[in-house]
Amino acid sequence: MIAPEFFYATLVIMVGAFMALLRVLFGPSVPDRVVGVDTLNTLIVAGMVLLGAAYDRTIYIDIAIVYALLSYIGTLAIARYMQGGLK
Amino acid sequence: MNTVDYVIYTFLAISMIFNLLGSIALHRFPDVYTRLHGATKTTTFGTIFAVLAVVVHAAYQLHETGNPKYLQMALHSVVALIALLLTNPTGAHAIAKAAHLSGYKPVRAIVDAYEEKRRGDGE
Amino acid sequence: MPFMVAFVFAYVTWLVLTAGTNGLLWSTEELIAGLIFAGIIAYATKGVIGDESTRFLNPVRWVGFIAYAPVLFWGMVKANLDVAYRVITGKINPGIVRVPVELENDAQYTILSNSITLTPGTLTVDACPEEKALYVHWINVTEPHPESSEPVAGPFEKWARRLGR
Repeated sequence: MIAPEFFYATLVIMVGAFMALLRVLFGPSVPDRVVGVDTLNTLIVAGMVLLGAAYDRTIYIDIAIVYALLSYIGTLAIARYMQGGLK
Repeated sequence: MNTVDYVIYTFLAISMIFNLLGSIALHRFPDVYTRLHGATKTTTFGTIFAVLAVVVHAAYQLHETGNPKYLQMALHSVVALIALLLTNPTGAHAIAKAAHLSGYKPVRAIVDAYEEKRRGDGE
Repeated sequence: MPFMVAFVFAYVTWLVLTAGTNGLLWSTEELIAGLIFAGIIAYATKGVIGDESTRFLNPVRWVGFIAYAPVLFWGMVKANLDVAYRVITGKINPGIVRVPVELENDAQYTILSNSITLTPGTLTVDACPEEKALYVHWINVTEPHPESSEPVAGPFEKWARRLGR
């Protein structure tokens, strides 16, 4: 690890991700849970970019790109399902 | 310690503050729309600063070592940021519309023009 | 012509993702492989993109987007300080308002609704191009029935009209 400050920043952001996960677990309604998942996705992309810098591996950042695009598709699919089909 | 380190620490601190604020907003606000406000804006902003910190770090390392993998690191993180900037508001919009269409009303709203419009269409 | 648009965008993306394979530039193998894959992708998607997409090759538009970035960034700074204030104090006064807008095509609606989602206190719930209106969730309603987009979106409607033309 050549840049430990990025690792500690990732730890703090993962605390935020854990709080978003609590909203997914306890969120009283379905849209609340979806908002939690959306926040979790963004925080994980940020964490992956920072971990790529911390461990000096560009491949982590490539995974972050793919994760950002795929999680967007997931969010759209859940939203479409929630509003009652593809209309 | 030099100037570049201080710039990186500042960007990381801003990123951490706003990302944490986004997750706190999920627990502070009463309903799904206000939670979307908090979550979308602050986490997008925090991620911009996280990527800026990585870009500054990679540019400095590229200047020091000349290793092309740091050029790749900077460019790929900028691509990840652009993907996130384009998709995040659209995802929030999809969730808000789906939540309204499946019948979740905004809490403590003083006006709901969309509800009036949907009721008008239904008749 | 949609083939050329898709080809240019795919090839530029390939070049950005593979920079640094030969010194700081590109190796010959990556350039040739990029040509082949960009050709395949452009052939597969040319029916999806549509004829209007050629306006995105106009360099004037790219200068406009670059000039738009600082405006949007300043809006995001204000939005985040606003949200921080509301998270800490818990003062909210929400509502969904109908905002009449004067826009012509889908690109302008996309730019405006994404911009006002990222700027202070507003979140687009639905866009209705047939009645020229946006439905916006506003976290601090000051005008329940706005006549224009000025109190909600600030300068962004002007920018969206200019960029999406």
